[in-house]
Amino acid sequence: MGNGAKLPVPLTVLSSSEADAALHALQDASPGSLTVYVVPESSSLLPQGTNVYVGKHRSALVRAGQGLAALRARLQQLTRVMSFTASSIAAALADRVPDGQLGPDARRHLKSSLGYEITFSLLNPDPKSHDVDWDIEGAVNRYVQPVLDKLSVVANFSVDSQILYYAVLGVTPRFDKESSSFLLSAHSLPHVINPVEARLGSSAASLYPVLNFLLYVPERSHSPLYIQDKDGAPVPTNAFHSPRWGGIMVWGPGSASLPLHVDVDMVRVMEVFLAQLRLLFGISREELPPEFQVESPGNEGLADWELDRLLWAHTVENIATVATTLTSLAQLLDQISNIVIKDDVASEVYRAVASVQDAMAELAEGRLRSAFQASKEAVTSSERAFFDPSLLHLLYFPDDQKPLEIPLPGPCIFFIPACL
Amino acid sequence: MAAALSAAALLLGCCGAALASGVQDQAEQFFRSGHTNNWAVLVCTSRFWFNYRHVANTLSVYRSVKRLGIPDSHIVLMLADDMACNPRNPKPATVFSHKNMELNVYGDDVEVDYRSYEVTVENFLRVLTGRIPPSTPRSKRLLSDDRSNILIYMTGHGGNGFLKFQDSEEITNVELADAFEQMWQKRRYNELLFIIDTCQGASMYERFYSPNIMALASSQVGEDSLSHQPDLGIGVHLMDRYTFYVLEFLEEIHPASQTNMNDLFQVCPKSLCVSTPGHRTDLFQRDPQNVLITDFFGSVRKVEITTETISLDRDLAGFENELPKDELATEPLKYADQLPVAQIIHQIPAEQSV
Repeated sequence: MGNGAKLPVPLTVLSSSEADAALHALQDASPGSLTVYVVPESSSLLPQGTNVYVGKHRSALVRAGQGLAALRARLQQLTRVMSFTASSIAAALADRVPDGQLGPDARRHLKSSLGYEITFSLLNPDPKSHDVDWDIEGAVNRYVQPVLDKLSVVANFSVDSQILYYAVLGVTPRFDKESSSFLLSAHSLPHVINPVEARLGSSAASLYPVLNFLLYVPERSHSPLYIQDKDGAPVPTNAFHSPRWGGIMVWGPGSASLPLHVDVDMVRVMEVFLAQLRLLFGISREELPPEFQVESPGNEGLADWELDRLLWAHTVENIATVATTLTSLAQLLDQISNIVIKDDVASEVYRAVASVQDAMAELAEGRLRSAFQASKEAVTSSERAFFDPSLLHLLYFPDDQKPLEIPLPGPCIFFIPACL
Repeated sequence: MAAALSAAALLLGCCGAALASGVQDQAEQFFRSGHTNNWAVLVCTSRFWFNYRHVANTLSVYRSVKRLGIPDSHIVLMLADDMACNPRNPKPATVFSHKNMELNVYGDDVEVDYRSYEVTVENFLRVLTGRIPPSTPRSKRLLSDDRSNILIYMTGHGGNGFLKFQDSEEITNVELADAFEQMWQKRRYNELLFIIDTCQGASMYERFYSPNIMALASSQVGEDSLSHQPDLGIGVHLMDRYTFYVLEFLEEIHPASQTNMNDLFQVCPKSLCVSTPGHRTDLFQRDPQNVLITDFFGSVRKVEITTETISLDRDLAGFENELPKDELATEPLKYADQLPVAQIIHQIPAEQSV
């Protein structure tokens, strides 16, 4: 170790995760950095068959390999996994890239926003038969809040929950004799969401995008209900999600005597919902070769390096947004020569330009956290300037279209003496 | 030799099939729209009793769009809304769209976002461009993003290059085109479908220059759009011809239908409509043959099966945040006597304290 610190226990007796945790204490793991420890090829620190161990902080353990070429290949693959790649940056700029180059899949992640609203809803279409009990408050405090605390760098999150009674799905499930259960086929899933959506509601005050997570307890007459994938096999999670919208999970209580008290196992539910939250944000595990082992982030929901990847993507997206917004504003001002810009709009523009230059400088130095903060400020300022309500009057109702106002006093002077 | 040839032919055939299916997949992906949500902005620009048909037009489109799946939170409806409760309406609280009062399009669950004198050119442009005062509630905003397909339907009285708003102002085709360009600059839409049912409607889409816009109009420049049928009970014309036939066409559409835009272009030929409907697709990237009606009129979401879960540690005592208990001991509260009614009624004087 370069800084001469000592570990309390020799590395060789620790497992990979313990070693990673011990090494984490010695690192200077600033956001955006990546520390790679190369261990000898024959070391027993990594289990048999594993050549790369990706920790849940910002470090990884790599076997040296048979030669420099093998090591280089492993390091290249590791950086592609743990840090940003050309394609992930291109995906962040997806709305500025022409259609043909990226697949339709590239544009589905949530856009970078200053905040997000998360709503958990329990749908009970059959309250006569099922008395459903879900401890959402406890589950949010215990399982969701740690994940949101970790994501609090990215945006502000607000969480609410509701229970909707007599809310039915838009499709009728099919009865399958072999498994004596009801099945929802994959191609009917797109039509499930719409009838429910009208009843979901959203906070009237906030303008942040809403993520809906629905737990559906099917009616007694349609229990148990399973979701089928395209090949007809039942889905183990019994859940599906829609990009930029949220996810739905079907809970399957067994049929028993009425009224059935249903105790929802919030851990199972939250495991699915939090996985869907990761997917909606675009944090997903790509296919890795078997020699890679990735440590599970546990209750925190995501590893530090996954958070870093999200921040890289959002920073780039923010900077691109600011660039196009300010350019478009400048073009607008060029077109309309007699426009008058209010002082506060002008100051927002200056602030946006300064912030975005800051952000680019910080990115060049690799200081991810401050680059992201600067990019957020730049986006806030540029949006405020572009969407300022005063600009509308000047663009669409410029002075040369208003009717002439004729000063009045002249004729009135003659009338007033007549009235007196 | 023959065996080699036939083997080669078989191989080519297999390759050809594989290639074809690969190309098919790619083609499917390419022609699918990349939108994830749908919005609709429905504007009726007229007021007064004799413009009943414009309100009925807009409300009928509103109902179709709701039926096909777009929720109220994603519909911005601008109406003068002076029909249902108009003193001249023989059937109050209703707006009918068919002769013999078959279909009440007003219904119980109409959510009008901009009503009466709020339907102005300025508000319409504010909705489209997003330059809205911060105090505006969520229901009055168009919160679309770069993955939204937006349907914009306008009806009322129009002329060559302008559309009249409530008899007091007008919007020109240049302003409309500029508003769409502002939307495109901020990527406030993925694709936009613009439908207009007014006289000389085609003039309104002549000046569009932003990409991904498809436009339909009920009549060409120089032609008038005509109304459909008067109702002798109500005393006014109930609908315009073009919208009437568009709605008949939409009645056949359900959320899973595969009907495409080319069929919509055929709706209401000159024999039925008297005017010549027009359309404009040069700014649109996809071929109208591949654009589904439900891409704009409905809200069919792309879904994916969730195959991953994360693993949570069930008994993690450390993370349990103790909810703050209400520690203040509340004293028992009494309800104070608000008014000594008994004393007042029986004229009992209040007891004097010594």
